[in-house]
Amino acid sequence: MSAPTDARTEQSAPPTTGAVDVDVHHDLAAVEELFPYLDAHWRDYVVERGLPGFDTNYYPQASPMSVRPDLLRPDGPPPATDPATVAADVLDRTGSSTAILNCLYGVQPMQNEYLAAALSSALNDWQRERWLAVDPRLRASIVVPTQNAELAAREIDRTAADGAFVQVLMFVRDRMQLGKRFFWPIYEAAERHGLPIAVHPFGSFNHPNTPAGWASTYIEEYVAQAQLFHAQVVSIVCQGVLARFPELRFVLLESGASWLPPLMWRFDKDWKGLRHDTPWVDRAPSDLIRRHFRLATAPLDVEGPDGLLRLIDQLGSDEMLLYSSDYPHHHHDPGVGSVLGLPDDLRQKVLSGNARALYPLDRGGHR
Amino acid sequence: MSRHVVARTDELADGERKIVEIEGRSIGLFRVGDAWYAVRNTCPHQSGPLCRGYLTGLLESDGPGEFRYSRRGEMLRCPWHGWEFDLRTGQSWVDPTRLRVRHYETTVEPGSALLTGTPPVAPGQRVPGPYTAETYEVSVDHDYVVIEF
Repeated sequence: MSAPTDARTEQSAPPTTGAVDVDVHHDLAAVEELFPYLDAHWRDYVVERGLPGFDTNYYPQASPMSVRPDLLRPDGPPPATDPATVAADVLDRTGSSTAILNCLYGVQPMQNEYLAAALSSALNDWQRERWLAVDPRLRASIVVPTQNAELAAREIDRTAADGAFVQVLMFVRDRMQLGKRFFWPIYEAAERHGLPIAVHPFGSFNHPNTPAGWASTYIEEYVAQAQLFHAQVVSIVCQGVLARFPELRFVLLESGASWLPPLMWRFDKDWKGLRHDTPWVDRAPSDLIRRHFRLATAPLDVEGPDGLLRLIDQLGSDEMLLYSSDYPHHHHDPGVGSVLGLPDDLRQKVLSGNARALYPLDRGGHR
Repeated sequence: MSRHVVARTDELADGERKIVEIEGRSIGLFRVGDAWYAVRNTCPHQSGPLCRGYLTGLLESDGPGEFRYSRRGEMLRCPWHGWEFDLRTGQSWVDPTRLRVRHYETTVEPGSALLTGTPPVAPGQRVPGPYTAETYEVSVDHDYVVIEF
């Protein structure tokens, strides 16, 4: 690991005062952090097998763009593992008022659905006690074992009640396409609790890491993420998830957004001729996408405020983009400058208005 | 408004069609049961030969996995890109407020009525000549389909 600089690269960024940052990542320093939240059987299981933890290495720490250089401190804790440091970095130093934590611990790739369910519950309890309870500005996504949608739905029911959790986290790569009925119990539970489904890059290794098959290199996998999102949007629309769960919303994290308008255009065209395959899609797919999908801004794949304005125009909606920092990841452009350069009303919508309209941020005494 | 006799009713069976040319326009004539529909043979999308497409039914749905199929043979699907049009109204299934294909009123009339409808020769206009040509009896026993536009 190269020596990090102490310069806080983001500190010089203009403030995102009052923003709702919809994609912040936190991490376990060690699997033992979960032990207080695992029952004896699973705790012993991890110890007796000598399991080192379930880090997926989606973002190898020393890889370019994985972690902001200023957060790599050889003497300190691993990045994003200390609640006070994370809150200081994403809220105090930026002026953002709320941050939504998305836990990427490797629950979904494992084959044992009961271990996955136990770990999901432990992670959610860990999030609640170690993170949400110490700073009321933090919210989190519910971790669910997508291997078993029934168990996942049960975990949503167990966790959603008190308002600390504001969405359900899934990954763009799972065992099958996200529109399939297999996952519907998750969607049913999420809709019942008024929670969106966030979809994050990476995920299960039970499916090739690009739509075309297995990539040989990290760069191929990294670049192809948007193509996986592309396929999942088509699946979710065509399989009738939105017809069956009309109040459900999806938030596409960390995947850019410029790929979506061409998809919407083509989807509408093709639907006109091929709608007999899926007659429950009874309106133009682009209308459904505008209503049901939201996209986080980081990493932004358009250039500057003008590029962002063009993108909003092409999307045909100013309600779809949600500001995110994607802390502690360090992609090419978090897009902060582009968002802040928008005209006042649009800037307000992207920074906080759209997120406040989407998320139940004021439930259960949380603000 | 002009009226054009385009077919004898016994020319087309249920589900059959005939494409006719009237004043430079290509028009599809369709028989569905005892109903007759006439539709411009030009898709409003990209001018494809709409009336050569499949005649299908109206497919609707009450939810994912549910298929409700009705009005079999009354929806016309363009052979180029599959856009569907309602034979009865010319309206597109997708985007019905913006897209429709021209359709025409049709009537079925007995041949005798069509003949009587021919204006008689005004007296004094023509004088019978000295010769009589061989003539054939014109059939007025059938019903005919008339397109008006």
